[in-house]
Order: sequence, then C-alpha cells, then structure tokens
Amino acid sequence: MSETSAVKDKQEHVKHYFVDSDQQFEASKMGMWVFLVTEILFFGGLFAAYIVYRSWYPELYLMASTELDAFWGTVNTVVLIGSSLTVAMAIRSAQLNQIKGLIINLWITIGLACVFMVIKFFEYMYKFQKGILPGEYYTYDGIAHEQANIFFSIYYMMTGLHGVHVVIGIGLMLWLVVKAKKGVFSSQYYTHVEITGLYWHLVDVIWIFLFPLLYLID
Amino acid sequence: MATTEAPNTRKIQVQRFKPDEDPKHHYLNAEKGIWSWLTSVDHKRIGLMYLASIAFFFLIGGILALVLRTELLTPARSFIDADVYNQIFTLHGAIMIFFFLVPSVPAALGNFILPLQLGAKDVAFPRLNLASFYIYSIGAVFTLIAIFTGGVDTGWTFYTPFSVETGGNIIMMTLGIFILGFSSILTGVNFIVTIHKMRAPGLTWNKLPLMMWALYATSIIQILATPVLAITILLLTMERALGIGIFDPAMGGDPVLFQHFFWFYSHPAVYIMIVPGFGVISEVISTFSRKTIFGYWAIALSSLAIAFIGFLVWGHHMFTAGQSSLASMVFSFLTFLVGIPTGIKIFNWLATMYKGSIDMKTPMLYAMVFLFLFTIGGFTGIMLGALVVDIHLHDTYYVVAHFHYVMMGGMVMAFLAGIHYWWPKMFGKMYSEFWGRLTCVIIFIGFNMTFLPQFIMGAQGMPRRYYNYIDQFQPFHQFSTMGSYVLGVGFLIMAAYLIHSLLRGEKSGSNPWGSRALEWQTPSPAPHHNFEHTPVIVNGPYDYHKPMSEFQLGIAHSHNGHDADKEVDVETGTATEKA
Repeated sequence: MSETSAVKDKQEHVKHYFVDSDQQFEASKMGMWVFLVTEILFFGGLFAAYIVYRSWYPELYLMASTELDAFWGTVNTVVLIGSSLTVAMAIRSAQLNQIKGLIINLWITIGLACVFMVIKFFEYMYKFQKGILPGEYYTYDGIAHEQANIFFSIYYMMTGLHGVHVVIGIGLMLWLVVKAKKGVFSSQYYTHVEITGLYWHLVDVIWIFLFPLLYLID
Repeated sequence: MATTEAPNTRKIQVQRFKPDEDPKHHYLNAEKGIWSWLTSVDHKRIGLMYLASIAFFFLIGGILALVLRTELLTPARSFIDADVYNQIFTLHGAIMIFFFLVPSVPAALGNFILPLQLGAKDVAFPRLNLASFYIYSIGAVFTLIAIFTGGVDTGWTFYTPFSVETGGNIIMMTLGIFILGFSSILTGVNFIVTIHKMRAPGLTWNKLPLMMWALYATSIIQILATPVLAITILLLTMERALGIGIFDPAMGGDPVLFQHFFWFYSHPAVYIMIVPGFGVISEVISTFSRKTIFGYWAIALSSLAIAFIGFLVWGHHMFTAGQSSLASMVFSFLTFLVGIPTGIKIFNWLATMYKGSIDMKTPMLYAMVFLFLFTIGGFTGIMLGALVVDIHLHDTYYVVAHFHYVMMGGMVMAFLAGIHYWWPKMFGKMYSEFWGRLTCVIIFIGFNMTFLPQFIMGAQGMPRRYYNYIDQFQPFHQFSTMGSYVLGVGFLIMAAYLIHSLLRGEKSGSNPWGSRALEWQTPSPAPHHNFEHTPVIVNGPYDYHKPMSEFQLGIAHSHNGHDADKEVDVETGTATEKA
C-alpha cells in the first residue's frame, strides 16, 4: 500500500490538502501559467489598441517613435534579458540546493530590475520636461500631427503598466530573499522561486515586444 | 472490499465508507466565532460567505428593480426624477451583473461544491480563494462609495463618450469593477488548477460531473475575458482622469473601439453567468430523473464549445454602431452558431428525463422552469442575432425582455435550483417542500407577467432605458409592474422559509435525494475536510443503474493524512488502522 501516492509520508512544506510535494508543486506551477495567460490577455488589449491606431495613423507612429531614445531602450532591453538569465540561475541554484547562490542571483536580478526602472524614470522625466505628457496634458509641438497625444497615451499606458509589473516583480524577489535567508527553500522545495521566475520571464517577454514596437519602428 | 485501479495503474485497496447520517462534527462547527469565518480558508465557508454577499446584492438590485417598475407605472413622472431614474437603472444593471450574476454560481455554489465533487480536501489555493472574496468585498466598497458620492448614470455598459463627459463618480465605479475582475480571475485560476490537479483517485475526465465541466468552461472564459475588461476599464478610468483620448472622439479617439473592447469581455461574460447554470441543471435533472445523463460527452463538450464560440460573437451588440456590414454578417452567423451547442444541451436534458422516474421536488421544478424560460430567452436571442430584425429591435424592451429571460429565467432559475438542491448539503437541514414548490410557481407566474409584456412593447417600439413613454404602452408597463410585485413576494416567501429551515429545519440526512454524485457520499453538512477518507471513484457520477455501495468507496486502511489519529466510520472490512 505504501506505494500509493495517497499515503506517502508528509513533508513539512506540503499543505494538508495536497497529497504530496509533487502535486503541490505541479499545482502551483500550473496556477502561475494560467495567471500568465490572463496577463497576456491584459496586455493584449493594449496591443490591440496599438494596432488599431497604428493602422489608422501609420505616419504618426513613425514620427512619434523618433522621440523615443532607441539607445537607452536597447540598454534597458539588455538589462532585462540579463535579469531573466539571473533569475533562471537563481532557480538552478535552488535546484542544486545552493542557497547562497540563490540569494546572490536574486540580488543581482533585483539590482538589474532597479537599473531598468531608473533608466525608465529618466526617460519619462526627459519627456515630461519637453511637454510630452499623456492625453490632454500633452503640450509638445515637435511632432506635426494632430493625434500625437494618442501615440504617447498608448506609450505611457503600455510602458507604465509594464513598469508596474517590474515593481511588483522587485517586491516578489525581495520577499524571496527574506524567505531564502530564513532557510525555507531547498532543492526539495523551491516552488515560489520557480513561479516568480515564470512571472519575471513574462515581464521580460512583454518588454521584448514593447521595445521594437515602440522604439524601433522608425 | 473491491479492488480497483487508480491512475498510474497502481493497485489500491478500497472499502466502503457509509456517510454518517447525523454528524456531530462538521465544517459549520469546526471552529466558532465570526473571526473564524472571516479568516477561514475552507472553500465551503468561503462559498457561504459569497452566498451571503450575493444574496445581499440580489436584494439591493431587486429593490432597485421594483423602484424602476413602480416609476414606470405612469407615462410621465410617478415619484422619482429622471436623473435618479438613470442612476437607478445603471445600478440595477451593474449590481445584478457584476455583484450577483457573475459570482453567483461560480464563486458561491462553485466554491462550495467543486472540491466536494472532485473528492479533494480543498481548492488548490485556499488562501487565494479567501483573497478573492476580500477583493470582491473591496470592489463592492468602491462601488458603494461611488453610489453615495455622485452616483453613476451611464448604464452598466459605460459607453464612451458619455461616460467620459457625464458627472457623478464614474471613476470609483469603474475602479470597483476593475478590482472585482481580479476576484473573478483568481476564482477561475483556482478552479482550473483544482480540476486539473486535485481529482480523487479514479476520477478521470470522463467521470467528471457535468457541473465540473461547466465550471471548467466558465473558468476558461473568466481567465481569458476578464483581463480584457480590466484593461478596458483601466483605459476608461485613465480617459476620465488624464484624458488620454483613446476612446474620446473629441481628442481623436474612437468610441466604437470601446464598444469592441467592452463586448469582447461582456459577451463572454454572459456565458460566465449562464454556463455554470447549465452544470447545475445537468446535476438536478439527472438526480431527479434517477437516470444516467443522456449524451454525457455532448453536454460536457458543448460547454466548451459555448466558451469558444462565445468569444467570437461580441460584434452582435454593435450591429447599429457603425461596424462594417461584412463584420456584421460574420458576427450574425457566428451568433446563430452559439445556438447549436445550447440546443444540444436542451435536447440531452429532455432525453435524460424520457422514461426516467421523475420526482418533482423543488430543485427539479426550478429546472423545469429553467428549460421553459431559457428556451424562450434563447430563441428570442436568435431573432436579435438576425441583422434585419435587430435593426428594428435594437435598444428596445425586446432586448430587455430577452436578456431577462436568459439571465433571470435561465441563470437565476438554475441558481435557485442549485440552492435548493445543495441546501441540505450546506446546512444539513431541509426546507419546506410545500412552500418551496409554491414559491417556484409564484416566481414563474410573476416572472412571465413581468417580462412577456416587454417583448410585445419592445416589438412595438418601446425603447429601453426611457423614463417617459407614450400612452399606448401604459397597459403593458402596468402589467409588467404588477408582475414584478408578484416576483418580489415570491422572493420574500423564499427568504422566509429558507431562514426558517436554518433555524428549525428538519435534519436532512446525508443524501436526501438519493443521488449518486460524490458530494452526497459524505455527511451533510460535510466534515471540515470534506471526506473522512480518500474517496475512490469507479463509476460515472450518473450511473443510477449501479448499486449505491459502489459510490461510497474510499482508500482502505490508510488515512487522508490530516487528523491521522481520528476514528473513521467504517461499515465493513478491517478496522481502521491508526497512522
């Protein structure tokens, strides 16, 4: 009888309503995947708005895109892709039971995410000073197009929501660091690291779509 | 003792566990005090908290509806002003849809019944489940603040540009619905994962109760559609707060884009409301016909088909909004297609009843009412989906009547069937069968009195949402208002006998309906962790031709891991081994 999954010895981290550690891990992972699907639909609405307005005002997009700084956009892309690598390394460390490596990799990821946000902050400030503000507060007259404000509304909505996701990711990873320091994680149990990694990859992937669509079309 | 094969072809020993008919310890008294409810992660308690909340909102929405109907007794002003009237119909719609219909079966009944039907101890993420309840509550608070700080008069659809320009506290309202959406998403995520990962041994996909298939289809719609509502509402909020101009034609935006976005959620959302109702009806009809469900796979897959096609028909709300005629034709065709899986379900239910031993208990009576009213609602939907007819009927009372026949005649009746069906499981008490049936008849009469006249005046051109109307419609309006009072009386009687049942009801025993479904093979009310054993499933949930003993099997001898030192009620076989 002991070979049935229902009667395995319980490990400490396994919640009582799960049969065993595997079931718990699989369930958590699947939950995160399903949640990522909702995230894609969430951003999907903005991508749809982007497509609709681009097909109406293609020339506007080409003109307005020149206002975005492709150099810093590229730097940010490299930073985010790097952070995806380090979060993957963090998961690998957890799998190998190297808790010190896990914590270091998480710190690097948090650092890179902060670099991303700082660069984003300066990009935003630079635009604000020129009067490129969202919607009706738009006062910049460097783009000869009546609907220029709409491009930047979409730009601010997309990058803004993405930024919110980056900040949430930073928060999650700080929480992981605290838990890791308490010795919660081991090669037996690293569910939270794994699913936060999944989330972080999605944040990265969304940026990989945003970057060319906004910065590189000119 | 019987031997069966669990997944992964492991041999496991099973034995029969007869449910305790009069349990001393169950989830209702496992912990005491209001705090134990508010912090409970038990899916049954969360389901009941949802139930109480949606009952509250149903009451509010219902009172608002009665106020509207009373105002419409006379063609001009009866007792409230036009502005107030606009706010009240907006609130009636928004509350009934977002706070009652969307969470009614999935979050309230679904939460309660899903792990029980799966033989699981809880949903996959119990804390997330509790969080989703609180998110729902926070959304409700935002909405209440909106009501008391200026109100909302846009209709529940928030069409731009009116919603950008009008006064009132739209931002609070839309934020409330934005927050509420996350509650819906989290419930969907939870249910999908639970159904995939937490089924009891032997419960394969082809033995899954149809309620589970319905909730699965619903959850898929919830996770795919609700995020789009979230982004739409967020853009609308930004539109009002910052004037971002995406939906506002004054700034070069496109109001029809808002309608596309809005209906991309809100049309699938009506399937979030109705598909779980289909699940309830499948359970009730099979149980009270004492017969295997006819066309199991047809019913199961038609739920998924509705979920899929439901995503492709949103344009039928915009036939008159200036979308291209080609798009309208495609949307019209796809709208007709949705009728097919729905029709499949109706015919399978009828075939299930054919030559069954039908027992017209209250839940079954509601299922009959459902079949009757929902069929009318469905057919009138097909008429509205026809392009030419829709030009005439668009934005008339015909649409109002159609929507209420589907949502109230369909969904609410299914919900009431579910409440009466699972009431003994929730509380271990019976309600008065006589008053239950009588109320069902009253509600049926009141409903038809209220909404049948609306089809007629709609076809004659009475526009929806109007405060005044021409004299020729007055008899219809008055008849409709009388009907709404009958409905109101019906619901009051229901509240009375259900409360009476809670306080003084007879004990129901574990399985008052003689159902074969898994949730009835555990005591009523259920134990804290649903089953005192790990249930093992060898038959389908509707195999009434097989003996009851085959439906009460559980893994013999070992325990479910929790409370391992407790005695288990065992009828036969070896004594329970203590872990």
